[in-house]
Amino acid sequence: MSAQERYARLAREPMVEVAGNATPARSLREILHRRDLLALLVRRDLKARYKDSALGVVWTLVRPLTQLLIYYIVIGKFLGAERGIPEFAIYVFTGLTAYGLFSEIVSGGTSSIVSNSGLVKKVYLPREIFPLASVGSALFNFGIQLIILTAATIVLGSPPLTVDLVYFIPAALLLVCFGTALGLLLAATNVYLRDLQYLVEVLLMISLWASPIVYSWGMVRDFLGAGVALDVYTSNPVTLAVLGFQKAFWLAGAEVGAPYPDDLMLRLWITVGVSVVLIVVFQRVFARLQGNFAQEL
Amino acid sequence: MTSPDLTPNRERPTIVHVSDVSKRFVIRKDNSLKERLVTFGRAGRRHREEFWALRDVSIDLRAGTTIGLIGHNGSGKSTLLKVIGGIIDPTSGSVARRGRIAALLELGAGFHPDLTGRENVFLNASILGLSQEETTERFDEILRFSGIGDFIDTQVKFYSSGMYVRLAFAVAVHTDPDLLLVDEVLAVGDEAFQRKCLDKIRQFQTEGRTIVLVTHNLNQVTELCDRAVLLDHGRVVHDGATTTAVERFRDLLEEARVAEEAESDAEPAPTGSVVETVVHAVGREPGDPVAPGDDLRIAVTMEHPTGLDDWVCAIQVATPLGPAIWGTTSARLTDDLGTLRGERTVEFIVKDSPFAGGRYFIHASLMTTAGVHLFDVAQAASFTVPYDERLTGVVHAETEFSGDVER
Repeated sequence: MSAQERYARLAREPMVEVAGNATPARSLREILHRRDLLALLVRRDLKARYKDSALGVVWTLVRPLTQLLIYYIVIGKFLGAERGIPEFAIYVFTGLTAYGLFSEIVSGGTSSIVSNSGLVKKVYLPREIFPLASVGSALFNFGIQLIILTAATIVLGSPPLTVDLVYFIPAALLLVCFGTALGLLLAATNVYLRDLQYLVEVLLMISLWASPIVYSWGMVRDFLGAGVALDVYTSNPVTLAVLGFQKAFWLAGAEVGAPYPDDLMLRLWITVGVSVVLIVVFQRVFARLQGNFAQEL
Repeated sequence: MTSPDLTPNRERPTIVHVSDVSKRFVIRKDNSLKERLVTFGRAGRRHREEFWALRDVSIDLRAGTTIGLIGHNGSGKSTLLKVIGGIIDPTSGSVARRGRIAALLELGAGFHPDLTGRENVFLNASILGLSQEETTERFDEILRFSGIGDFIDTQVKFYSSGMYVRLAFAVAVHTDPDLLLVDEVLAVGDEAFQRKCLDKIRQFQTEGRTIVLVTHNLNQVTELCDRAVLLDHGRVVHDGATTTAVERFRDLLEEARVAEEAESDAEPAPTGSVVETVVHAVGREPGDPVAPGDDLRIAVTMEHPTGLDDWVCAIQVATPLGPAIWGTTSARLTDDLGTLRGERTVEFIVKDSPFAGGRYFIHASLMTTAGVHLFDVAQAASFTVPYDERLTGVVHAETEFSGDVER
C-alpha cells in the first residue's frame, strides 16, 4: 500500500476516542471482534498448565475424583450420609461438577488480571478478555468432568435421558453467568487489594459446604423448617444450580421422591436474569477500575 | 531526516489527537487490607502521594510522520505513549485516534515461556490485532525475518534472549500497523539486530506509517524523526524541529547537572586537583558557539599544594551521552613539564576543529605518566556547535551533492 493510499484510507476512518471506560455494549463488541484472541488465550492457559507433565489433562480429573472418593468414603460410609441418598457417588459427583465449574471461574477470574500483568501493562486489549479466558478454560475442564459423569451414569444403568435433563440448561447458564459476574468484579478489585485472592479461596471453601453437595437439600429443610431461613439458603445461586444438576443427572433421586424446592425451574431462570444484570453492573465497575490497572500492577 | 514520502504535511490526515491530557498518579504506601483498615479515612490520605505525570498535554499527530518523544527520566514520555496506546487512561482530557495501532512497549510482551515459538507467534500476532488467517498468511515471512529456523517448534523458554527478541520483533513489524508506538525497544539486541530494526523503521516511513518513538538516544531522534516533542515534568516544553528539541533537552540536562553539582560539596583533594577548565574558540568568549573550522582553545588550571614532579594533563572531548570522541594528553604532545607546585595553567589548541552540530563536554584529568588518575573532572566544561541542517553525526565534513553522474 502506498503512503497516499494509506492516507486516503485513514482520512475516511472516523476518529475514535480512546476510552477505557467502555459501556457493556462496546466492550462486548470489542470482545466479539477479538474472539480469535479469546480462543487463543484459553488454549494458552490449558496448554501451558499441563505442558511437560506426563499425564497432562488427566490431572484436571484427579482433584474432583479424589474429592469424590473422600466424601464417598468418609461422609457417605463412615458418617452414614448415603443412607438417605441413593447412588451417593453419582449424587456427590454431580454436585462437585457443578461446584467445580463455579469455583474455577471465580478463582481463575480473580487472579486473571494480576497473572496477565505483563500483557495488561504493555499492550492495549479489552481487559475483560482475561476473566473471560478463565471462564473458557473452566468450561473446558467442566466438559471433561461432564463426560465422566455421563459415562458413570450409563455404567451404573441410569443414563440421564429424562425430561428433567432440561434443568441442566438454566443451571449451567446460571453458574457461568454468576461466576462471570463475580469474576469481573474480583479480577478488577484484586488488582488494588491483593488480599482478595486469599479471601476468595476461603469463601469458595465455605460455598462448597453451603450447597447441598455432600448432604441433601431435604436434610436442610428438615433442620431449618420451611421459612425465611430455608429461602435464604435455597436462593444461593450455587445451591440452585447444584439442585438443577441433581435434577438432571441424579435419577435415583426422582425414584425415591427426593425433595426439591418448589418452582425450581422458575427460580433458576430468575437467578440467571439477576446474574446477567450483575454482569452488566460489574462490567461497569470493571471498566471504571481498569483505567489504572497498568500502574497498579 | 525526513521520510522519503513528500506529501505536504497539511494534506496528511490527523491520526492521533491528544487534547488537554493530564495524568495524576497516586502512590499508596499501604497495600494490604490490614494497612488499609488501619489507615482508613483521613489518616489514609497521609499514606498517599500524588504527582502529575502529564500536565495539559495537547498534540496532534499527522499520518506518515515520525515523532520522537524526549525528556529526562520521569518526564512523562512513556506515560504519554501509554495514554496514546490506551494502556493508561488519562485523569482528564481525551485522546482520539484512528487506524490500526501496534504498541511495542516491550518486545515479546505476552510470550508464554511454555509455548513453542509457533504458538507464541499466533498468540502474539493475535494480541497485536491480527486475525488467525492473516497470521497464517504471513507466518513464513515472519519466520524468515526472525531467522529462528527450526527452533520455531521449540518452547521459547529454551531460546536465547536474542532469539526471543528477534521473534518478537518479527511478529510486531508484520502486523501492518498504521501507528506504531515504540518505547526504547530499539536499544536491545546486538548491532545487527538494531540495524534491522532501523531499516524496518525507514521502510515503514516510506509506507506512510506513523511512528512515535520514545528514546534516550538523541542521535536517533535527529536521524529518524521529522518532529520531536520535549517533555519536562509532564509538560510539553518544545514541539517541532528535532534539532531545536535536542538542543533544548541538552540545556535542560546541563541545568540539572549544574544544579546537582552545586548541591554536593567539592571533596578535598590531597593529591592535587584540576581547578578550572575553560574552552572557547580562539578569538571568542567561552559560551559562544563554536563553528566547525574554528581553532579551539582548551585551558586547564591545576594545582598541587606540595609539589608534584610526575604529572600529565589529559583532556577528552565527549558527546553528552556517548564516549569520548577525541582525546590527548600533555605527555603525548610535549616532554617534561617540570614540577607542579601551586597553580599552573596549560593550554591546548585544537586546530581547525572538526566537531559537527551538537553539545560537547571536556573531561579533564590530572594523571601520572604511568596512567594513574589523580584527579578527574568529568564534563569540566562544554561548548556548543550550531546544527548544520545538512549533516548529522559528530564529525563536520564539508559535503557537496553533485547530482546525476554522466556515464
